[in-house]
Formats: sequence, structure tokens, C-alpha cells
Amino acid sequence: MQENGVSMELEAPEARRAGRGVAVFALVLLFIGLKAVGNLSLAWGMKHQAEALSANPLGYVLAMANPFAALGVAMLILALLTRMALLSRADLSYVLPVTAIGYVLATAMGRFVLHETVSGARWAGTVFIVIGAAMVSSTEQTTTGGGEAR
Amino acid sequence: MKWVLLGLIIGATVMSDVLQSHEMKRAGAQSVGLRGLGRLLREIAARRYLILAIGCMAVSFFSFMALVQREPLSFAVPASAASFVVETVMAKLVLKERIGTKRAAGTLLVLCGVVLVAR
Repeated sequence: MQENGVSMELEAPEARRAGRGVAVFALVLLFIGLKAVGNLSLAWGMKHQAEALSANPLGYVLAMANPFAALGVAMLILALLTRMALLSRADLSYVLPVTAIGYVLATAMGRFVLHETVSGARWAGTVFIVIGAAMVSSTEQTTTGGGEAR
Repeated sequence: MKWVLLGLIIGATVMSDVLQSHEMKRAGAQSVGLRGLGRLLREIAARRYLILAIGCMAVSFFSFMALVQREPLSFAVPASAASFVVETVMAKLVLKERIGTKRAAGTLLVLCGVVLVAR
């Protein structure tokens, strides 16, 4: 009985840590998805704007009248909030490389959706990013004691 | 013009991320469910450094809007990731994060990738 109790006590922090790990990965995936689709929508909207943006702030407000630009902005705001939640649970030096997979998605969407030219070096770069992000994602998510619920 | 915009994006992003990471650790674990979002928005409103971080993010964002209109998306997004190096150094020096060999090696690989992609 006591043995059971001890084993449960030992398992509880492990289970909590595993739960936190799953929550961090879910936030990473949500952030990457929102950022990729948001950037694509914003780029699509901005490229279909007649006037080039200058230092005049009114131009930026008017640019958001384009539905694709507005949708992109909304998704990027949600992505920002998701990233803030992510930073409350994991190190900045962990979040940065792991979310870099988004750069690979941006390159792929630039090539296949917006029909931009993507060189061999650029594709090689995306492979480096994937390998580097995979290495960092296998390290501890937080080294400063963050991620504890208040 | 494109390098001025890129410089603005990088400077503002570094400032914003360091402030966000510092303040969000102090706020405790957050989520983005319906109830979680409400709590997160209250935390943002109560912390002035988070508001400053969002201001910096806005500068970065509007510079990005102008950049993406002039340059290809497949350049604009990866090139802005040059903030990586500065942010990782700041994470170690300011936020006191422990960056082990594996994390440092992975981050360097990502950086090499970003440089290749931005060429």
C-alpha cells in the first residue's frame, strides 16, 4: 500500500511534466499553422494592393481593407497570443529554433502557392532548419523554472 | 529601403521577444482556450512591459508589411530570422537560460539554414 503511495507520488511530477510537454507541442503546432497561413494571406492581400506602402500610417489602415490582408492580420494576432502562451511555458532559446519550421512552410508556400522562384540553396537551407529544429526540440523545454501554473 | 526595413524588423523583434519571454515567465503558465485567452489578455493589460513588447511587435509587423509588398515572401520571412542570433545571446545573458551543446548546435544549424534561405 505504502509502496503504491510512494510510486504514485513519484509518478505525479513525471505525469505533470509529460502533460506540460504535450501542451507545449500543441501550442507550437498551433502557432506554426496560424503564422504560416496568416503570412500567406497577408502576402497575397498586400501583393494585390495597387499602391506601395510609405511612411504614411493611413496607407497601412487602408491596406487592411483588403479581406486577405485583414484575415492575415487576424490570424497573426492570434499567432502572437499563442506564442505568448508558449513563452510562459518554454525557454525563448527553445521556442525560437523549434518554431523555425515556419520558415520552411513559408518557403514552400511562396514556391507552390505564390509561384515564387526558390533556388537550390534555399531548399538546402530549409533542410538545415528542419534538422536544427529537430535537435533543439529534443532538449529540455525550460531551464529557468518557467511553465508552472500559478 | 529593403535593408532599413529588415533592420527595423530585427531590432524590434529582439526587444519584443526578450520582454515577452521575461514577463510571461513571471505571469505563469498560460493557455489559449476560451477561458485561457481572457486570462492572457488580462495579464497583458496588467503588465506594462508586455504592452511595450506589443508596441515593438507592431513596429516589426508594419515594417514586415512594407517589406513583403516589395520583396518575395520566401525572402522576407527567412531573412527576418537573423534576429535569432541576437535573441539566443540575449536569452543566455538577460534571461539566464541554460543553452547546452545540443541546443547551441541545433540553433547554429537553423541559423545556417536561414542564411542559405535568405540568399
